Amino acid sequence: MSGIFSARAWDKVWTYRSTFALGLFNTVRTAFFGILLALVLGIIFGLMATSGKKPLKFISRVYVEIIQNTPVLLQCCFLYYALAFSNHSIGIILTGIISLGVYTGAYMAEVIRAGIEAIPVGQFEAASSQGFNYIEKMYYIILPQSIKIILPPMVNQVVNLIKNTSCLYIIGGADLISLTYSFVTGENTGGAYAPAYIVSGLLFFVICFPLTKFASTWEAYLKKMDQRIQFAQHTTIEEGVAANE
Amino acid sequence: MIKLEHVYKNFGDLEVLKDVNLEVKEGEKLVMIGPSGSGKSTTIRCMNFLEEPTSGSVYINGEKLTHQNKTKVIRDNISMVFQQFNLYPHMTVLKNLTIAPMKLHHKSKKEAEELAFHYLDVVGLREKAHAYPTMLSGGQQQRIAIARALCTESKIILFDEPTSALDPETIQEVLDVMIKLAKENITMVVVTHEMGFARQVADRIVFMAGGQIIEEGNPEHFFENPESDRVKQFLGKIIRK
Ligand SMILES: Nc1ncnc2c1ncn2[C@@H]1O[C@H](COP(=O)(O)OP(=O)(O)O)[C@@H](O)[C@H]1O
Ligand SMILES: [Mg+2]
Repeated sequence: MSGIFSARAWDKVWTYRSTFALGLFNTVRTAFFGILLALVLGIIFGLMATSGKKPLKFISRVYVEIIQNTPVLLQCCFLYYALAFSNHSIGIILTGIISLGVYTGAYMAEVIRAGIEAIPVGQFEAASSQGFNYIEKMYYIILPQSIKIILPPMVNQVVNLIKNTSCLYIIGGADLISLTYSFVTGENTGGAYAPAYIVSGLLFFVICFPLTKFASTWEAYLKKMDQRIQFAQHTTIEEGVAANE
Repeated sequence: MIKLEHVYKNFGDLEVLKDVNLEVKEGEKLVMIGPSGSGKSTTIRCMNFLEEPTSGSVYINGEKLTHQNKTKVIRDNISMVFQQFNLYPHMTVLKNLTIAPMKLHHKSKKEAEELAFHYLDVVGLREKAHAYPTMLSGGQQQRIAIARALCTESKIILFDEPTSALDPETIQEVLDVMIKLAKENITMVVVTHEMGFARQVADRIVFMAGGQIIEEGNPEHFFENPESDRVKQFLGKIIRK
């Protein structure tokens, strides 16, 4: 009765569509604010890692290593229960935003660090030699060059964060995956496994696919631009040589 | 204008500068020569604190450079031209020239662009204003880099081997621009292996070896009767080359 082709199962999913809508809404808002937090943390810790100041580099390193080397589920539970047992419970959604934001922030920091370190040291020196301070140098000179290196892996992290909202399940979840699971196991609603998971998966796909598509298109576009500039460079130099001859 | 006082610089265990003392007067054209690895780049980079001395002091316009004041002192006084040009590749030539005047010297876009076109004329590249740096030849990039240094209206310009990365046929176009500049009242410090340029332009030549200034004097002194054997050796090699 729970087969993909069971009209009743599909009908049941449709009847309880508001459950899926609610799950989607919770996933999207958790992801949205989680991404904002991850971006802020990523920029702060990424810049700290490339500041050349030992204590700042160290702090950034500690953050990244701890977060990358423990499971996000554990971080999520830790935050939720530590706060719950000290009577400061902040609710499932906010816990999700903070734990996913902090988790993804560590990966964002690495992406930003790598993007900055890929810029030749001469660019930093030219900016310093003109009297740009650290923030101005980053803002006007370095980050605009890093952005094309940073953006594609950053979008991948955004997609990961959206999918990782499923971690909320472990603290009693309100996200799309958790609600889908309660739906298929629920006393009144149970059974429609295949349709429910297909719908849930489709909803994720509809959000994530445009993002990954955007990232890969952007990457391909930048590669093409680079080639065009190199091509132009060759032709101008050859023209120059031809003109001299 | 620039004064180095007992400057020492170590990189880890390596002592690169050992008690460098040097004064450059306003408007003076100082050329620094010496074998590779003798500390010329490190010395010139201490003048704008791209390298901070391990000990000793650097004064610009009478003001002692510190980690705290370097950004402001450099912004107001010094520009640099690098061996590898280091133009900003994501900006057009015009933007390369106007970014610092607009963001650091609070010039309007119009003022900054007028200034940029003026100096593009000086280096003879007005028609490249809207090109991207990677589309230019090395010699053209270096002339743009010189224009960029001029656009901030610095009283001091530092040149670290400005023609060493260039194809032989484009060296002269850059030297010509520098010779033109030397007629202005700009303080120029130039590290170079171009002895013809040194002879023509330098008010004073400094010879470095092993992290120290071995000999200094005017071009006649240097090329006609240098005192130390190391200078004679060096000039012998360079000129034979
Ligand atoms: N950032 C650095 N780290 C370590 N060693 C350096 C660094 N910069 C320069 N050196 C060393 O210092 C010495 C002097 O270098 P440099 O000032 O560049 O000489 P020059 O410009 O006269 O060729 C060289 O032995 C070089 O290897
Ligand atoms: Mg050098």
